[in-house]
Parts: sequence; structure tokens; C-alpha cells
Amino acid sequence: MTDPLVVELSRLQFAATAMYHFLFVPLTLGLSILVATMESVYVMTGRPIWRKAVLFWGTLFGINFAVGVSTGIVMEFQFGMNWSYYSHYVGDVFGAPLAIEGLMAFFLEATFIGLFFFGWDRLRPVAHLTVTWLMALGANFSALWILIANGWMQNPVGATFNPDTMRMEVTDFMAVLFNPVAQAKFVHTVSAGYVTGAVFVLAISAFYLLRGRHVEMAKRSMVVAASFGLAAALSVVVLGDESGYVATEHQKMKIAAMEAMYETEPAPAALTLFAIPGADGRPTYEVKLPYVLGLITTRSIDRDLPGITELTERAAGRIVNGIKAYTALEAIKADRNDAVARAEFAANQADLGYGLLLKKYRPDVENATGEEITLAALDTVPDVWPLFWSFRLMVGIGFFFIAFFALWFWKASRHTLTSSPLLLRIGLWALPLPWLAAEAGWLIAEYGRQPWVVEGVLPTFYAASGLHVWDLIISLAFFVTVYTVLAIVMVWLMLRVVRHGPAEQTALDHPPVPATAFPEPAE
Amino acid sequence: MSALPLDYETLRLIWWALLGTLLIGFAIMGGMDLGIGALLPFVARNDAERRVLLNLSGPTWEGNQVWLVLGGGAIFAAWPAIYAASFSGFYIAMIAILLALILRPVGFKFRSKVDNPTWRSVWDWGLFIGGFVPSLVFGVAVGNLFLGAPFRLDDTLRVSYEGNFFGLLTPFALLAGLVSLSMLLTQGATVIAARTQGPMAERARTYGRWAALATLVLFILGGVVALTMLGGYSISSAIDTGGPSNPLGKTVVITTGGWASNYSAMPWTLAAPALALLGSLLAYVALTARAHVLGILSSSLAILGIIATAGLSLFPFLMPSSIDPASSLTVWDASSSQLTLFIMLGVTLLFLPIILLYTTWVFRVMRGPVTTTSLNRNPNAY
Repeated sequence: MTDPLVVELSRLQFAATAMYHFLFVPLTLGLSILVATMESVYVMTGRPIWRKAVLFWGTLFGINFAVGVSTGIVMEFQFGMNWSYYSHYVGDVFGAPLAIEGLMAFFLEATFIGLFFFGWDRLRPVAHLTVTWLMALGANFSALWILIANGWMQNPVGATFNPDTMRMEVTDFMAVLFNPVAQAKFVHTVSAGYVTGAVFVLAISAFYLLRGRHVEMAKRSMVVAASFGLAAALSVVVLGDESGYVATEHQKMKIAAMEAMYETEPAPAALTLFAIPGADGRPTYEVKLPYVLGLITTRSIDRDLPGITELTERAAGRIVNGIKAYTALEAIKADRNDAVARAEFAANQADLGYGLLLKKYRPDVENATGEEITLAALDTVPDVWPLFWSFRLMVGIGFFFIAFFALWFWKASRHTLTSSPLLLRIGLWALPLPWLAAEAGWLIAEYGRQPWVVEGVLPTFYAASGLHVWDLIISLAFFVTVYTVLAIVMVWLMLRVVRHGPAEQTALDHPPVPATAFPEPAE
Repeated sequence: MSALPLDYETLRLIWWALLGTLLIGFAIMGGMDLGIGALLPFVARNDAERRVLLNLSGPTWEGNQVWLVLGGGAIFAAWPAIYAASFSGFYIAMIAILLALILRPVGFKFRSKVDNPTWRSVWDWGLFIGGFVPSLVFGVAVGNLFLGAPFRLDDTLRVSYEGNFFGLLTPFALLAGLVSLSMLLTQGATVIAARTQGPMAERARTYGRWAALATLVLFILGGVVALTMLGGYSISSAIDTGGPSNPLGKTVVITTGGWASNYSAMPWTLAAPALALLGSLLAYVALTARAHVLGILSSSLAILGIIATAGLSLFPFLMPSSIDPASSLTVWDASSSQLTLFIMLGVTLLFLPIILLYTTWVFRVMRGPVTTTSLNRNPNAY
């Protein structure tokens, strides 16, 4: 068993580096599509103002992308570095989408981003536009595969435990691929990325309009951002609702915790708008909307939603089965040909993960006491209040953005983008909101899955590498230092680019000239 | 899983070869940029020259680095036990590599954005670290595979370590690190010599010739040490090449000179060290004779030979254990399931040709010498 402090520090490091990485991902997703859209307009109209916009937003895209790549490589390696038992236990399933992400997405994205920046004077406009779209496609494919991997952690389908290799192995790859949780998460996450890109473009354009600078480019960018943003904001909320529906099927505890719903909510379940935690952690003062939760989560008005108390009791039952699976597995390890133990294991293997929850209390799971089973069952309840409030923050921002983009879309179609400085200021100050919502969303997805790293299959504390506390202190100090410096430098550079504005004239504005026409810079 | 058209043993062999291919792909493609990074402060002595080198790597280095990212993903998908044991066991070494890999993307991007000598010099050294450190550390890691890593597996196949970072820095491992460093410096130098003009190309030729010679000498030295002083591993129990991936239950013996056993059993494998020697020698000759294309090709050939030599010497071992040889991870007991290997092979065969196709196209578009004048035409140049 791994030192509990090492587990906690490993969790802290993974959460911090993942959330930091996800500051850059949504902007890459959204801005890549927006830049490609603007370049399409440029190629269709041939008007240099659009190329100016593409070059300007492309520069910001490039700075963001560089930090995204830097922090993304860290994520790929950390599974093995800090979660080696996880890597062994589920690598047969989880590794495949990561490798396919490399083959299908990273190569595409990384190969064409070079040409996006360096191909301007070497490619014809249509060829360059194709390059830009392929780069954007690569970025979005990457989200697909990583969310198939993450979707499997939420809803581990298409795999079964093999007692001979002591790990989960793929039995049905199509089930992993078309996992409904993964599909719902993919569309929800990329839409959130598109909202982020649209807010970014809109906010900086609003800044220029407030200052009366680069007005032509800012107005055009704003029109693109407003229409794209409205579609994306609608899609985030609708598909987020799909996520909620799917989660009800597969992660009832997460839904109950998000809703701070201790007792089973009889049909039709009401949605809690607001609540205050009491002394025992349970909600005391609640404002509820009747019917709504039942409609969102079960798409019906006649199904109960199980509460935390009931789900904990169900977990205790599964832990008892898990002990049977664990005991049978021990017998198989002692005698590989023990057919009785294999049959007993096969009957209970779905609950093996619940048996492993007891490893926190004793190494010999087969001898667990009733009290330990109760404690382990209580461990299946995630931290209710951070989830409750993160969910409300995320949804609130989601609905705000529908109104926000609807308004800007309306103003764009009326050609009154600059009519109200107050609205422009709101447009500018909305800038941090999509990131807040995205981080809150990931907090719900990952923190809400605790104590599991793979829902119902592998407890988080059991999955960590057996590192020393000093290893973690060194790596944490490293990440805190490097990432802080990166954040400061990146924000400073972006502000510099924004203050400087788009290049008024570039070498591209002139027809290609022989290289000798340019003077050598002095050395 | 008998319904699959390829048996488990064949799939494991194919994935062993594919892993080698990806690592060789990274060393050849990404090696150009690592070598250029490590040579940056020495070959290029002022801002204008450094910009030339950065723009030489600039358009293609990100795609080249994906070979490494894909290598990591392929180890995870096809050899999860190796991924789990090596990445956690070499934890602090991995942090050093991560530092380098973090510095590279931002170094390329950030350096050009501010026209200030101190700023640029800081990022130049960042890019130097980004090229130098991985070139050395990857070799040190391979050296440690020959020595065996201090890990053991318990009966749940959980890996535990009894060593630390400094334990990795033994003389043989450092020697392997220097082989890797000099081979990637050669690779970078041949590219600079081919694609720049004037004094930079001359400096690159000088460094490249020294690096090619060093590769040759250090590789021979490493071979002599590995064959005469190190203990080589071999499986002494019956091997089920199509059995479940469980490393426990085999026995392993260590004999001095054991790493030569594959070469005596299968003499054709001697082609790998021969290619390594021939390639580095040819790279030296080509750099001397200013035969640029031949230089890049022969340096790439040396990389192919050196990595293949490491893989073939260790085979079937992938990661031997020094404290509990029976826990050693081999081709026959550290792979994914047959189904996963089969599916991933299909996906790889589908995508790898497409990747090679568009990568070739991008290199064609960006071909030709990079000069200070050519940089001024592109507003996005670094």
C-alpha cells in the first residue's frame, strides 16, 4: 500500500496540472475553429482585412497553443509517473485511446500548425486555408480521444478483469468507443471550448471598440464571434443536459452529491436552486423547483432519484460481494487451476472494485468487519458541497452566455455593435467566465467521481505509484515554480500582443519579391 | 481470442518492432531538433544566426516531437507494464525530461516576441537545455535497462522501487547517455550543415565531425563494456510466448556476456551494430566532403543501428530488474491483451502511412536553405 500522504500529494499534483492544462485547451479548441472560419472568409472575399484578423488572432492562438503543448505532454507522462498501478490496471483499455490520439490527432495538429505559421509565403491561399482547417480538425480530434479515455473512467464499459494478468482487459472495443458518457462529454466539452474562443475574441474586440482602435477588424471579429458563440452556448447547455441524463444512468452518486440530495427524491424529483449546509453537512434551507430535476436526469416524471443514504446502503451490499470476489481471486492466485474459485470470481467480479475500497482499512480484505464495511461504504460519498456549488456556478455561467451571445448576435445583425459602451464593458469583463465554468465542470467530473479513479472498478488511493514523499515535494515544487513563471510570461506576452494590435502592414501585403531585395540585418 | 487472425506471439513481436520503429522515428526526426537545440549557443553566435537555426526547426519541430508523444502512448497501450514501471521508477529523471519538453514549445514561441537581448538569451539557454537534457537522459535510461532497474513486483503486479535518481547515474549509464547525446548532436549538425550557409554551416560541420567520431568511439566502448563487464539476462524457465501477460512465474539467470547471446544465436542481428558503425563513420566522411544529403542519411542510419542494437541485445527483455530478476519485464509477459494489440496494430497501419504522406508534403513545402533574408518574408518567423 502506498503512503497516504503520497496519494494525497499525487492527487493534488494531478488535479493542479490537469486544471492548469485545461486553461489552454478550450481556447485552442475554439480559437482554432474561429481562425479557420475567418480565413475562409478571407479566401472567399479576398479582402486583406480578414487576413489581418487571421494573423492577429493566430498570434494569440500560437502563444496559447505553445503553453497547451508544454502542459499537455506533462499529462501524458504523469499517468505512468504518479499512477503506475492505475497504468498497469487499466492500461489495456485506457492506453489505446491515448495512442490513437497521437496517431490521429496530435500528428495532424502539430504537423500543420508549423505550416499555418510558416506557410503564408509558400502556399496558395486555398492550400493555406486547407492547412488551417486540418490543424483545427486535429485539435478537435484530440478532444474526442481524450474524452473517450476519460469517459471510460466515468463509465467503464467493454472491459473485464482478468485474474491471470491482474488487470482490466478490453472485451468490446466498440463499446469503449461508443460509450454514451464519452460521446456526451465530447460534444459538451468542445462546445464549451467554442464558447471560450468566442468570448475571447469578443472581449478583446470589445476592448478595441471601447478604445476606438482597429475598429474594422474588431467589428468583423465580433460578428464572427457572436454568431459562433450563440450556437456554441446553446449547444453547451443542451449537451450538458445530455451529460446529466447519461450520468444519472451510470453515476447516480455523483448526481446525488451535486444536488446535496441525502434522501431519495420521490418522483417527480425537484431541482434544488439554492441551499445552505447545516451543522451535519446536510442542506437546511432549500429553494426547490418542482419536477425539473426529474425531467433533466430521468426524462420522466415517474422515476425516483436515489439519495446519498440509499446509495451508501447499496454500496455496502456491493462491498460484501466485492469481498467474495477478492477472496476468490486470492484462491486463484494460490492455485491457477481452481475451477470453483474461478466460477465464484466470475459471479462477483463486477464488485471487485468495491472490495478494494477496504484496502484502506486492512490488507486482508477477506477478514473485514461489519464496521469496516460501513466505513468503506461511507467513503463512496464524494465531497458534497464543492460539487453542489461548482455545478450551480457552471450552469449559471452557461445560461448567462446564451443571453450574452443572443444579445451580441442581435446587435451584430442590427449593426449597433458600438452603440453602448456599457455593453462593450460587459463584453470585456465576461472574459474570465468561460474558464471558471470549464474548471468547475472538470471539478464536478473528476472530484465528483471520488473515491474512484475508475468508477466502481479502482479506488484512487489504490492506484498511486509507490513514490517517496520527497519525490512529490520535488515535483510539486517544480510544477509550482515553472507553471507560475509560464503563466506570468504568457499573460504578459498576450497583453503585449493585444496592446500592440494587428500588424498594420506585413510583407504579405506585397507580391513576392526576390529574396535579395531585402537588406541583411546588421549583426 | 483465438478468433483473431494473428496469434499472440506474432502480435507481441510486431509491437516490439513497432515500438522500436517509433523510438527510431523520434530519434531521427525529433533528434534533428534536439541536436539543433543543444548546438544552438555554439553554432549560432548572434541573434541573426540564432534566428536562422530556430526557423530551421520552427516549422516542423512540433510534428517531429509527436513521435515521442506517440511512443509514450504506444508504450501505454501496448506495453502498460513497461509504462507503469519505467515512468514511475525513473520519476526524477522524468521530471528533468519534462522540464526540457516544457521549455521547448514556449522557448520557440516566446523568444521572438520580444526584441531584447537578455530576454532572447534566456530563451536561447532554455532551448539549449531543452535539446541537451533529453538527448542525454534518454541514453542514460537505456543504459539503465542494460544494468537492470531496482524494482520488484508483488503478487498483484504492483511495482515497488528500491533506488533513487542518483542510483541511475552509474558510469555505464552515463556512457550510454553520451552515446545518445553525440548521436543526436551529429544528427542536428548534419541538418544545419545542409540547410544554412556561411560560417554557421562551417561550425556545424566541425561540431558534427567531432560528434560523429565520438558516437563511433563511445558506441564501441559501450559495446565492449556491455559484453565483457555487465551481466546479461536470460530466461531459464520454459517460455510461453502466447501466455497471459504475467511476469511472475518465470526464472531468470544473469551471466556476464549474456547480452551477446542473441548475436551468437542469430548472427544476422549483427547487422544492427554494423549499421551503427558504418553510419557514424559515413556521417564523418560526408560532413568532411560536404555531401549534405548523405550526411543526414548516414547519421539517421547510425541512429537506426544504435537503437536497434540496444533493442536486439536486450531481447526478449524490455526492462530487467536488478534486485529481483524474476520480476523482469519481457516481450512475452509485459504486453497488452491480444485484442488490444490487434486493434492498435490495425489503427497504426491505417494512420502511419497517412502521417508519413503529409509529413513528407510539409517538409517539401518548407524545403530549401534558411537565411536571414528569407526570414523577413514571413511575419510569423521566429
